[in-house]
Amino acid sequence: MSATEVLMEVRDLQKYFQITRGIVLARKSGAVKAVDGVSFEVIKGETLGIVGETGCGKSTTARLMMRLLEPTAGTVRFEGNDITHLKGRQLKAVRRELQMVFQDPYSSLNPRKTVGSIVAEPFAIHGMHKDRAQRRERVKELMDTVGLNPEHYNRYPHEFSGGQRQRIGVARALALGPKLLIADEPVSALDVSIQAQVLNLLRECQREMGLTLVLISHDLSVVRHMCDRVAVMYEGRIVELAENEALYGEPKHPYTKELLAAVPGARKDRRTITG
Amino acid sequence: MSTPGDPPLLRVEDLRVEFPTEDGVVKAVDGITYEVRRGRTLGIVGESGSGKTVAAMTVLGLTRMQGAKISGRVVFEGVDLLGLDEVALRRIRGNEIAMIFQDPSTALHPLYRVGAQLNEAVKAHQNVTKTQARARTIELLDLVGIPDPGNRVDDYPHEFSGGMKQRAMIAMALANEPKLLIADEPTTALDVTVQAQILALLERLRGELGMAIVIVTHDMGVVAEMADEIAVMYAGRIVETAATEALLNSPEHPYTWGLLRSIPTLDGPRLERLEPIKGSPPSLIDPPSGCHFHPRCEYAQPDHARIDPELLPLPTDPAHKVACLLEPKVRRKLWEEST
Repeated sequence: MSATEVLMEVRDLQKYFQITRGIVLARKSGAVKAVDGVSFEVIKGETLGIVGETGCGKSTTARLMMRLLEPTAGTVRFEGNDITHLKGRQLKAVRRELQMVFQDPYSSLNPRKTVGSIVAEPFAIHGMHKDRAQRRERVKELMDTVGLNPEHYNRYPHEFSGGQRQRIGVARALALGPKLLIADEPVSALDVSIQAQVLNLLRECQREMGLTLVLISHDLSVVRHMCDRVAVMYEGRIVELAENEALYGEPKHPYTKELLAAVPGARKDRRTITG
Repeated sequence: MSTPGDPPLLRVEDLRVEFPTEDGVVKAVDGITYEVRRGRTLGIVGESGSGKTVAAMTVLGLTRMQGAKISGRVVFEGVDLLGLDEVALRRIRGNEIAMIFQDPSTALHPLYRVGAQLNEAVKAHQNVTKTQARARTIELLDLVGIPDPGNRVDDYPHEFSGGMKQRAMIAMALANEPKLLIADEPTTALDVTVQAQILALLERLRGELGMAIVIVTHDMGVVAEMADEIAVMYAGRIVETAATEALLNSPEHPYTWGLLRSIPTLDGPRLERLEPIKGSPPSLIDPPSGCHFHPRCEYAQPDHARIDPELLPLPTDPAHKVACLLEPKVRRKLWEEST
């Protein structure tokens, strides 16, 4: 990690989803506080983990960082610039730098497009590599990077296994050479023996391209393996944020302790997994 | 609790389940044999497509209707369940043997009250009045730790959280105090803290009611915590089975090694790279010849593609069986070198 250069800074971020009752005369009857005042920094080159259980707001936080959702309040700064309210061309320019890998490799790839065109779509959106042959070359390079056979350029997503599909998702996210990659539960839909392949791939890409990675997961062991720093979320707030060793070695917040103790096989007084 | 000399509660012998499909015959379960003793927990571990769920469902005759070809024996308390007709099987299903399913949100009917669905399970096997059934239902909800069961009994499933739905499913399975509970990925859809509660609940109920549990899962952590014995399935077969400590501390099959090595742990050193098992699980329509694992096995020899390994006991520990063509000495050395 280079001297702590902040890539993204999130301050007092809030996202409330209004609940309305009635259809014609809809009135507000309350709000779900999905993200309720979250502040943290993402340091250049690091892997930051965000852990928490269903409904704790971790995916909403990711979507706010990506500017896929409008925050209710708070700011998101990227490389020092406030991107919270960017629109149009400026937003599009920032999006090149921020990419996302989604949880479900089955629903996040368009089944009617070939792998080649899925991976090339970011180029089309941002008007890059207009020359067809050049674009095809670049896509094949990307496929090779993520461990897919470039000759499978013309195949459709259904011809690939879950792990391979997640590789396609990673290739698409890397296409524009982003600075920040946000992976939202990238391995939770995959089989155990495949999870390790995708985690290794993310780490290799990060090392080779100098990426900054934000990994969102409910799996504490995966986050421990991957991340330099870890934020624990509970009910829309960060309850603990610490260096990996500190968080797993000496958790401070009672919720973190409870979360760690709940992992099956973790209780040392019984049996532990070796190997 | 039983002594080893007792006949097992359940004995599955050379069970095979095949499904004819347009693309060919899927050999979902390819000759598996295992035993469950009274009051004990067997963990069946495998990845998706290893046949673990089909094997579990077949015990209860739940794969019959799908045009499956089933052979072998499923002996429960001396009776071969595969030979029973649907009427006789229904007397056992939900009564002597109960099952809980993976996804609690789809296993409950959304339009019936939770209590009504539990009543149904009670009344199916017990000759009781409406009032008695309701009292039993409330008692069951209380047993599985639903707060205020007297009122919650009239809730609809959508008013329950995921963990509560799974508790209700467990209550339903326990309605008739089964001797055997088959739990298929009972906690996969749940958060880790809720998972811990459900596992503790199953453990408590096993102690209180003395039932045996077969827990089917892909999660090594879950079986490490719950099971007395573990069977590892790969491509429709059991490749290794042993007492939990033996399997986790001195695993013999390269696939088991791969599974254990590829999961990151909460303790132990943080590795720079995980060691994944290369390739992906095979098709069950056209499984690899010989040892089904040989295309992904880094220790495979040329003749492993030809010879089918048998599940054989280790000379040192007869309860520890493994289906691997490597010499036991070679295996021991490889495992010790790698750890």
